Amino acid sequence: MTVHEWLFIGLFFALGWMLPTIPIVAGKLLGPKRPNKIKQQTYECGIETVGNTWVQFRAQYYVFALVFVVFDVELIFLFPWAMAYNKLGLFALFEMTVFILLLVVALVYTWRKGALEWE
Amino acid sequence: MIDFLKDIGFSHDLAVLVAKSLGVFVVGGFGLLWTLLGIWLERKLAGRFQDRLGPNRVGPVGLVQSIADTVKIIIKEDIVPEGADRWVFNIAPVLSVMAVILIWAVIPFGPGLVGVDLSVGVGYIVAVGSLGAIAVVMAGWSSNNKFALLGAFRSVAQLISYEVPMVLALLVPVLLAGSMRLQVIIEQQYIMYLLAIPMTVFIFLTSSQAELGRGPFDLLEAESEIVAGFHIEYSGMKFGMFYVGEFLHAFTVGVLTSVFFLGGWRFFGLEDLIVILGLPVIGFLALIFKSLLAYIFLIWVRMTLPRLRIDQLLNLNWKFLVPLSLINLLVVAFVWKLIPDTDEIDSFGDAFWPSVALLVANIAMFVGMSVVLRERGRRERARIEALRGPVDDPGMGTNAVPAGTGD
Repeated sequence: MTVHEWLFIGLFFALGWMLPTIPIVAGKLLGPKRPNKIKQQTYECGIETVGNTWVQFRAQYYVFALVFVVFDVELIFLFPWAMAYNKLGLFALFEMTVFILLLVVALVYTWRKGALEWE
Repeated sequence: MIDFLKDIGFSHDLAVLVAKSLGVFVVGGFGLLWTLLGIWLERKLAGRFQDRLGPNRVGPVGLVQSIADTVKIIIKEDIVPEGADRWVFNIAPVLSVMAVILIWAVIPFGPGLVGVDLSVGVGYIVAVGSLGAIAVVMAGWSSNNKFALLGAFRSVAQLISYEVPMVLALLVPVLLAGSMRLQVIIEQQYIMYLLAIPMTVFIFLTSSQAELGRGPFDLLEAESEIVAGFHIEYSGMKFGMFYVGEFLHAFTVGVLTSVFFLGGWRFFGLEDLIVILGLPVIGFLALIFKSLLAYIFLIWVRMTLPRLRIDQLLNLNWKFLVPLSLINLLVVAFVWKLIPDTDEIDSFGDAFWPSVALLVANIAMFVGMSVVLRERGRRERARIEALRGPVDDPGMGTNAVPAGTGD
């Protein structure tokens, strides 16, 4: 049974790939093809591009990504707990409270450090 | 269906494969047809919200507008800007549609009427749904355009940040139903979860709207700042696919809202008729009706609120939504543990008192939240008044408010 379930997901994967690809290919075949130098320039409101596009970016994006990873891993641990919650005793609640509080401490620390301020 | 195929001479495995493929095509084809109609609906509504008519020339009340647009966009020239990373550039729009279509594989349209009822349904939705963020990053990075790259950076900060409260909100129905199967979550909603845990619905809708990148969270394509953001260099059908992907994602959020919080295919006892009359279409219509309600609500929010600044956006998430959703989860878990026999709810009567208890807890939480926010707002205002004199009109003062109001 489980094999069939994932077979269906696989079919959906193929369809999800196909449905957008067909119109794009059709558009490519039906549309005109007259490329020229000006048309293919990078669009920058009519001004010529200066310098490299792949510039350095703010390190702050990186900090947010790190905080996200911490919470995302936490969430993975929360899902099995939530699923089995009805069958678990009161102790499970306290355990998870402690677990979440540990992460809240981390969040408060990041907050106090000013890592969440966008400058 | 499978039996019929077996009768005309297919082997069992092949029959299953053919039947499943047909199911896939029906669901996927329905999704795309629905897109044509839905885009019309959205433009019409957007028009009305902005005090204009919306599309009304092509066909009766503009119904054929989307088809005309499709024809137009398909015969447009497909331009790839110089210096673009061709492979990534071409895959990004496909991925943005695929991320949404994959979600539809697990949506239950009625009892037994579901593509595949995965035992890890909620996890699957979260995992597949976040593919869309990758598509945005790929598009922005590969375009060789500074505006597109800025849009992609913003999307990284925004889409991954709001993923956290969204998943925390989804944990609550999982906890109440005791399963990640969408069918079980729907069956457990003898009283729709919206009435028991409105705070969770609020968190889910807010963070989903941000995941969609729609107003007031449309920073990744803010026209006045970075022109069109990540899809600035896309033309023709590739742009069309981003558009379809965004629309379909928005509607899918409506569907998910109705599955998790509005009771899915349940409709005030009408679901009993599905079994009695053997008409699964009733469940389907109920689901679509509820999804449309949620979807129109999202459009309403989108058309009403002005765009946030990026610091406000991140503050709203990390300093308000994440703490709130953690507290929300713990409060719901605590109340749920106080109620005896929560794993044996199988009628309206069983569900009534637990729902009331949860609702009371939610109201208490809401009051607490209001008090905290008010206090913070007051302090923030005092700080600003100390800096730059009295602020007369709070509406006018918002321009001067730097980071940290939290709401």
